[in-house]
Amino acid sequence: MGLELYLDLLSQPCRALYIFARSNNIPFEFKRVELMKGQHRTEEFRNVNVLMKVPALKDGSFTLAESIAILLYLARKFKTPDHWYPSDLQKRARVDEYLSWQHVNIRGKGSKLFLTKVLLPLLTGQPLSPKKLEGVTEELNVVLKQFEEKFLQDKPFIAGSEVSLADLVALVELMQPVGAGYDLFEERPKLAEWRSRVEEAVGKQLFQEAHEGILNIQTLTADKIAPELLEHFKHQLLKQASQN
Amino acid sequence: MGLELYLDLLSQPCRSIYIFARSNNIPFEFKHVELFKDSVLGKKPAAGSGAEQPRAGPSNSEGAGKVSLLKKVPALKDGDFTLAECTAILLYLSRKYNTPDHWYPSDIQKRAQVDEYLSWHHANIRANAPKTMWIKVLIPLFTGQPLPSEKLQEVMEGLSTSLKQFEERFLQDKAFIIGSEISLADLVAIVELMQASFCVPQTDTPDQRRFPSFLVLLYELIFIFSLYLYLQPVGVGCDIFEDRPRLKEWRRRVEDAVGKELFFQAHEMILNIKELSNIQIDPQLKEHLAPVLMKMLK
Repeated sequence: MGLELYLDLLSQPCRALYIFARSNNIPFEFKRVELMKGQHRTEEFRNVNVLMKVPALKDGSFTLAESIAILLYLARKFKTPDHWYPSDLQKRARVDEYLSWQHVNIRGKGSKLFLTKVLLPLLTGQPLSPKKLEGVTEELNVVLKQFEEKFLQDKPFIAGSEVSLADLVALVELMQPVGAGYDLFEERPKLAEWRSRVEEAVGKQLFQEAHEGILNIQTLTADKIAPELLEHFKHQLLKQASQN
Repeated sequence: MGLELYLDLLSQPCRSIYIFARSNNIPFEFKHVELFKDSVLGKKPAAGSGAEQPRAGPSNSEGAGKVSLLKKVPALKDGDFTLAECTAILLYLSRKYNTPDHWYPSDIQKRAQVDEYLSWHHANIRANAPKTMWIKVLIPLFTGQPLPSEKLQEVMEGLSTSLKQFEERFLQDKAFIIGSEISLADLVAIVELMQASFCVPQTDTPDQRRFPSFLVLLYELIFIFSLYLYLQPVGVGCDIFEDRPRLKEWRRRVEDAVGKELFFQAHEMILNIKELSNIQIDPQLKEHLAPVLMKMLK
């Protein structure tokens, strides 16, 4: 049994993994875990990842969670081209710096907007308060500014002249609020150009294929969510939305 | 000019870098940053005290601000190269100075386990641990109001869940996260949990020690800003290691591995901060800060 990747492409980190593996022709078995159907909470999946989250990797008897860890593992094991995780000490540090910062910032705020705008109204049946939406949007805008000023600056990519894991991880996260209906690229030409470059670097078709689900998320209705999950999700998401 | 590390030992990520660098004899210039200092300076002391403003001491905050556009600690400066983010700095140091393999093992599976922890840590231990401090100590202290027990329970549960996952997924029955040797993962974990290893006494009847008003103001602002920025879990009767023998043992092993003296030296400041909770708080300050804190409680 070869490499298995447990993924749901509605999840940002899953998309990063999927795109990275496919783009580098890494052979793997795609194990679909549908979050909306609660497939991450089965005993079977728990054996793969006791934390019950996607993405997860299984390589023989070795299991691994956390997309960053998995991306790095794949890069090393399959010896992907150097630019993904440059061997140059300083360039590598730039990638590490972004991958660390993004958890709470781009990922944190992007997810929060998605939760607030799409998932919570769906699960609670309550209308979205414009004030709340404005608040979470502002928070995202702040980190977007930091992203442009501190990480991207005037370079084509975060680490310099070539695409790296940092760009891929950043872009898939930014697509989540886009899926929620906030076109953050519209008035940010620098970001829009960077996005274009990243899509080219991984392959436009692959990128679009990976994002098909999330870009159609607004068609999701409550009846598509497993009923036993509704209560659990609601509780979890309300908690998440009030954090950060 | 050699390697410079901009650190405030009140901050957990700063401590892990400090301990790692010292433990590996990495030569560096310690640039002490007191992030809150510049906020305190320029604030007038309580009205009518007639006291002088706290003297402006040399501060590396500006330096830190130049090094890290994000104006945060920790930060590294190596010639023209500047770097933020604890994980990035630890990895850079381990590579540049060729530290012993176990810190970030060359074995790709063990290395992946370190990466896994370093990634998970952000949204879990590091997110949950701070709240216990606020909830149990600061907010009652400043607002004079007891905490709703459901809120307290919610926060403690969050921390408990993270600790449970830490033991189940990361530590398990091993001596250290990757197995028989310490790595960056253990170091990053321990500094976050350290603050829950001692208890702050109940503050119903705080010690009546009085300080000159400007000092009280200074201390309280230090207390607030440092804890707001660095957010450690401190507990009334919640020594998190007490009921978790496996964690307790692991902690002992980590201390031994880095050197007990170094470990305690790095934690000296944070271990002393609990003294401040006994200070009688200026009622004006209390009044001013209470709404801010109540907002944080939500």
